[in-house]
Amino acid sequence: MQLALFLIFGGLAVAGAINLLLQKHPINSALSLVVVMMSLAVLYWSLGAEFLAAAQVIVYSGAIMVLFVFVIMLLNSGEEENTHGSRAAYIAGFPGAAAIFCLLSFVFLSESKALGVANLGGQLSQATNNIVEISSVLFTKLLLPFEVTSVLILVAILGAVVLARKEQ
Amino acid sequence: MVPIAYYLILAAILFSTGVAAFLIKRNIITIFMSIELMLNAVNLTFVAFAHMWHLVQGQIFVFFVMVVAAAEAAVGLAIIIAIFRTRQTLNVDQINLLKN
Repeated sequence: MQLALFLIFGGLAVAGAINLLLQKHPINSALSLVVVMMSLAVLYWSLGAEFLAAAQVIVYSGAIMVLFVFVIMLLNSGEEENTHGSRAAYIAGFPGAAAIFCLLSFVFLSESKALGVANLGGQLSQATNNIVEISSVLFTKLLLPFEVTSVLILVAILGAVVLARKEQ
Repeated sequence: MVPIAYYLILAAILFSTGVAAFLIKRNIITIFMSIELMLNAVNLTFVAFAHMWHLVQGQIFVFFVMVVAAAEAAVGLAIIIAIFRTRQTLNVDQINLLKN
């Protein structure tokens, strides 16, 4: 069951990421990124992170990507054209990304035994419920960082309003 | 029963695709989207490790990353709108005011 979920949604995520890379028009890239985020939400759910799966759908696919699509439409962004800079980026980009991938997967595969296996749903050591455990840790031990994030959001709102305002 | 290493390798694939898209794409909005893709790949490793240790601290870390990503997206897209107002382009090769 979990292997099937992993293969289907992992494959969907990889296909969406590759499509983001290959598409020329930004709106197509944005829509394929939505596919990646939705399939990652299913993978979070299969790893026992129900709260994060919901937050991924609501925050990432629902808020951030809609903001991206709005900006793409607002700026009327067309297809990107190839320039001499993009040719240099092709020469550096693909080998660099392949090198990062080889390094990461070498480390993960060589530690594969120690990492163990994932079971559907997951089991926490003391908790009965994922959301109960997250909220109890978030509102007791990590209360100060949680409050600081609200200040960060406030600063981001003010910054966005000031930056996007029309110059007088 | 899926090895945790498979999840980590999926995250590595997504991350390196994000790196490649970041370097190759010329549209500033697409570059910004590939940063979001890399953040998502790192979030997947956090969730996989949280599952491995049976702890929720990793999931809370992902929650904070989501908050920061939302704030970053709001500010970044405002900056993109400001750049488009002054330069009338989204191509990063033509945004070279510091170079000349």
